[in-house]
Amino acid sequence: MKKYGKKIVTLALSAAMALGMTACGGSSDKKETTAAPSGGGETTTAAPAASSGEAIKVGIINNDPNESGYRTANDKDLQAMFGPGNANGYEGSFAYSLKNDEQIAAAQKFIQDGVDYLLLSAADTAGWDGVLKDAQTAGVKVILFDRTIDADPSLYEASIVSDMDKEGQKAADWLESQKLSEYNIIHIQGVMGSAAQKGRSGALVDKANANGWTIVEEQTAEWNAEKAQQIVQSAIDAGKKFNVIYAENDDMAKGAVAALDKANISHGVGKDVVVMGFDCNKWALEELLAQNWNYDGQCNPFQAKYIDEVIKKLEAGETLSEKTIIMDEKGFDATTITQQDVDDYGI
Amino acid sequence: MSKKKFNFDKQLLIPIAALVALVLFNLIVDPSFFKVTLGTNSSGNPVLNGYLITILDYGSELAILAIGMTLVTAASGGQDISVGAAIAISGSVILKVLCGSNTRPETLQAPIIVAFLVACVVSMLFGAFNGVLVAYFKIQPMVATLILFTAGRSIGAWINNNELPVISDESFTYFGGYIPGIPIPTPFLIAAVCVIVIMLVLKFTTLGLYTQSVGINGSSSRLNGINPEFVKFLTFVILGLCVAVTGLIKVSRLSTINYSVIAKDIEMDAILAVALGGNSLGGGKFNMMASVLGAYVIQFLTTTLYKMEVSASALPAYKAIVVILLVVLSTPVVRKKLDKLKRKLFAKKEVA
Repeated sequence: MKKYGKKIVTLALSAAMALGMTACGGSSDKKETTAAPSGGGETTTAAPAASSGEAIKVGIINNDPNESGYRTANDKDLQAMFGPGNANGYEGSFAYSLKNDEQIAAAQKFIQDGVDYLLLSAADTAGWDGVLKDAQTAGVKVILFDRTIDADPSLYEASIVSDMDKEGQKAADWLESQKLSEYNIIHIQGVMGSAAQKGRSGALVDKANANGWTIVEEQTAEWNAEKAQQIVQSAIDAGKKFNVIYAENDDMAKGAVAALDKANISHGVGKDVVVMGFDCNKWALEELLAQNWNYDGQCNPFQAKYIDEVIKKLEAGETLSEKTIIMDEKGFDATTITQQDVDDYGI
Repeated sequence: MSKKKFNFDKQLLIPIAALVALVLFNLIVDPSFFKVTLGTNSSGNPVLNGYLITILDYGSELAILAIGMTLVTAASGGQDISVGAAIAISGSVILKVLCGSNTRPETLQAPIIVAFLVACVVSMLFGAFNGVLVAYFKIQPMVATLILFTAGRSIGAWINNNELPVISDESFTYFGGYIPGIPIPTPFLIAAVCVIVIMLVLKFTTLGLYTQSVGINGSSSRLNGINPEFVKFLTFVILGLCVAVTGLIKVSRLSTINYSVIAKDIEMDAILAVALGGNSLGGGKFNMMASVLGAYVIQFLTTTLYKMEVSASALPAYKAIVVILLVVLSTPVVRKKLDKLKRKLFAKKEVA
């Protein structure tokens, strides 16, 4: 009797679990192309555009769309351009992984499948020479987006990237233009060594040294809002004086602001503390619009139209004037931002 | 298997000693560490400020998790490493229920209590999933929970279609902040309730006794009429409940979620809290209060390091030192040596 009872319990639970799983699956819309994020080398293929006779076959290798809001927006943008039901004459296949070896395996598969173009946002900068040479031999054209790699430039047609140094420079210039009577800055950094952190930190530190600004605290919160909250909390508890928060992404700026709110320190346009963030998340731009924050720097995730232009040029037999294409990126000021900007640039 | 020599009072000494060491260190370096002031936050409500309050505030999630982790450790002799990922799931569920299809709702689509209860059910289901793998399929806990550890954050993102809901309703911030009129951080109050509940459960039910006997020797407890599988399974479900509570606090702190970083590496801290409480990571006897205290000691350490402006990326290294010390000190080899040393010292005293 007891034995059966146990079995029934086990069965019921496994059934419940399975149900739970499907329930989660059910609520996740019908985006089957994005439904294989952690599965590494899994790929999904979009149906070719029905109208045109010969679709351009494109293999897209990207990082996991769950990685960040930036990546989600980036994936959405690419899906809209190359994904199922696009009207641009592309037949796109997508592969997602945060691991280099899985990405390389996916690239090999795409080459075997005979894609015309391979679009790549590499997880890691090293290790791509072999597979890119294979691509070259097979006549597959490679276009890098979002991230560069350590490989001979002859192995790829173009690289479409953000200039993180410029993003930082823009923000630091803006901060200087505010002409505050004194600059006491809490500098919250991203994951140390990442391109975004280096670019965004570098510009601020240079500017601070040149103008004699005080950096009250410089600490990495690893893109994490909770850590940023604790860092600013610690500065407040220690009674430090500061009037600028320079956070290297929006999440960390949000965490910092949560700590300010708790201590009743006013922030935003014309208030005690200037708040700066990066990435232009929609909610962050809304904070700007409400003048709770002061500045947000863009890190442009909308690379699809640049890639589209490059492919069109290559298809027409033109040569590209520049191999490295740096995207336009904006910096928004709370005093000038409009609802239109929020809608257009929020991710 | 591992017969523990500590009785309960002695076991509490370990986290208390660590706490005293940290308190002394801070007293010497900067006594203002202990200053607590009453101020108001930007919504005009009274709040207490100061490092000590920060510790009580941020240590509370860990304390709640430590409750469940202690039970799992005691019963199964292993640890659940999926709690961070499970928090991403429960947080995501709460936001999904509150937001409905709109990611930026003006008003809440459901009462917070409903969202929380749904999250409890989902978290307990995932806990049950881990529990079934460990108890009935006899998979090593760390391996079994590795599945959810890997998949959990993706599942969390999936529930909200990869979107990042933001809740603007102020009442949702109470759970990770302050209830108007009460200057004590709410997470601490929630943790206190959880601790009282579990202490009552341990006092008035056989859960504690059964958990310990299963952890010490599964087959002999079966001979005594206890079902070891069910007890192990139950501890994972209880941990699931703790995860749901923690998830509520975490998403309430910022009124939003970031699937890849929410409660990152919290499983390691939760396991450390259990170890710091002097509990054997190999299962068996446990002391709940010691684990809870261990959790706050970890936050004390973290806050102290932040105050000393140690780089946040170096924090894990300092915690690692503590872990190594604890693990080495609790090995039988070292314990025997220490016992011998003690006896020698005392013997000498008697001679002298």
